[in-house]
Amino acid sequence: MSKRYRQVQAVDNITFAIQQGECCGLLGPNGAGKTTTMEVIEGIHSADCGEILYHNKPINASFADEIGILFQHTSLMDFQTTAEVLQMFQAFYPRTLPINDLIAQCNLTDCVQRYATQLSGGQKQRLLLALALVNDPKILFLDEPTTGLDPQSRRHFWQLIAEIKKTGKTIVLTTHYMEEAATLCDRLLIMDAGHIIASGAPHQLLVNHFGDEARQRNLEDLFLTLTGHGLRE
Amino acid sequence: MKSFWSIYRARNREFYRDKGSLAWTFAIPLLIVFAVNYAFSERVETFFEVGIIGSADQLPAWDFLHQPYTDIIYYGKGNVGEKTAMKKLLHHELDLLIRIGTPHTYWLNDTSPRGQLIADIIGYQDDHQSVRNEVSGQKIRYVDWAIPGIIGMTIMFGGLFGAGYVIVRYRKNGVLKRLQATPISKTAFLSAQIFSRMTILLMSGIIIFTGSHLWLNLVMMGNYGLLFLVLLVGSGSLIALGLVCSSRTNSEELAGGLLNFFSFPMLLLSELWFSLDSAPEWMQWLSGVLPLTHMVAAARAVMLDGAHFLDIAHHLIILTVMWIVFLAIAVSLFRWHND
Repeated sequence: MSKRYRQVQAVDNITFAIQQGECCGLLGPNGAGKTTTMEVIEGIHSADCGEILYHNKPINASFADEIGILFQHTSLMDFQTTAEVLQMFQAFYPRTLPINDLIAQCNLTDCVQRYATQLSGGQKQRLLLALALVNDPKILFLDEPTTGLDPQSRRHFWQLIAEIKKTGKTIVLTTHYMEEAATLCDRLLIMDAGHIIASGAPHQLLVNHFGDEARQRNLEDLFLTLTGHGLRE
Repeated sequence: MKSFWSIYRARNREFYRDKGSLAWTFAIPLLIVFAVNYAFSERVETFFEVGIIGSADQLPAWDFLHQPYTDIIYYGKGNVGEKTAMKKLLHHELDLLIRIGTPHTYWLNDTSPRGQLIADIIGYQDDHQSVRNEVSGQKIRYVDWAIPGIIGMTIMFGGLFGAGYVIVRYRKNGVLKRLQATPISKTAFLSAQIFSRMTILLMSGIIIFTGSHLWLNLVMMGNYGLLFLVLLVGSGSLIALGLVCSSRTNSEELAGGLLNFFSFPMLLLSELWFSLDSAPEWMQWLSGVLPLTHMVAAARAVMLDGAHFLDIAHHLIILTVMWIVFLAIAVSLFRWHND
């Protein structure tokens, strides 16, 4: 799959597969093409060339019923309570989870009657996660879900994702936090300048690149070794 | 349909929970009505308004027609011109109507004091060669004539800017992108926007009408249901036009420019504040292609002339066609995001 925005080749001829039930992490510096890759799979953008297959068939309109998305930047309509936002999104899908279950699952009980625009950063991310889960998706796309959260909120969010993982859902995650990737992801795709430059399980990647030193190294070392120390934007 | 109602309800909540927006939307048009009434009710007119059907060369030899305090307005020969002029005489917008001929024929409104004054003047000056006719019609104050225009103006601004800017804001802050990731269709989303805005605008129209009716004893000769239908299709066409203007951009400045491109001509040429009877033909043609012109003309016909459905059917058809065409264009041009 390839995707170009005017002068920028955002994604350049990449091919990969995601297995059912795995948590696949996309890592890469800013501008590497992670979000574009994810949004092409989600159907938000169309690819310039290539094809997205779901169960070996090209995706179609019904794919939207199968996926849940948490974008990097999202606003919600003004003056809607948490419960009302969830009810609105429920109406878009033929099959949904009960709102009370979502509220409990995402720890939103204390802010059910508060306007979504008045929630704290952590509460807002949990609401966006609940929206992504409203249709009980088979695949969950999380684009930098913990960026901007304090360490407590971030770790709490990781627990939520870990719980979701246990239900067998497939998760595609982008992040700049190496600890997050190491904690949550079964497999990593490391991207740079629109290409996939490495892929594999986190520990396997460390072993492949650092050999005997793998125990003393971490994913950040690997990331910097693969993508360099220079600024990208 | 569930998606449609869901967006419809959410958009309504957004509006009525925003107390500032709510207050201004309903208060401003009422303030304009009272301001217009105040400004024009004390006006002292110092001349007669006389309508002439025919040539200026053959005016009757009545002195008062040639005095500076008399305003002469010419209407074209034939049914359209005569019908327009007669309507103005019925509404006391003209004090005398003369059809040039041999003999001259003139009409006076027997309920108009100034019409009776003219009758007395003619009685002294006439050579008894002219044919006199009398008609009866309730006086239409300027505020009665202006209120359909004020309702129309409120619906135009509320429809164009109220719908257009909201879409641009949604696109800019990512609301639309989030909705794109759901199975909701463009048509369901845009239709919900139209009907939500329409609900607000119709409420606004009803408040202006009711307020004017109660406090200013507004003239209402026609059917309330028909007036509601006029406002419904009119608001539908204007909101859909607002959606066309905002179908792609995420720049408020660009959307504002496009919305002004349509709203200013309507403000000037849709006969909100003054009649275009004596305007150049090209200006009248331009006025005829604007949706607000048809909505205001139909509302005025219902309110002031007691027009029936068939009398205004052509306006309703034009507005409905515009609504469908604008919505089709908006759906085809619409983009959820501009990344």
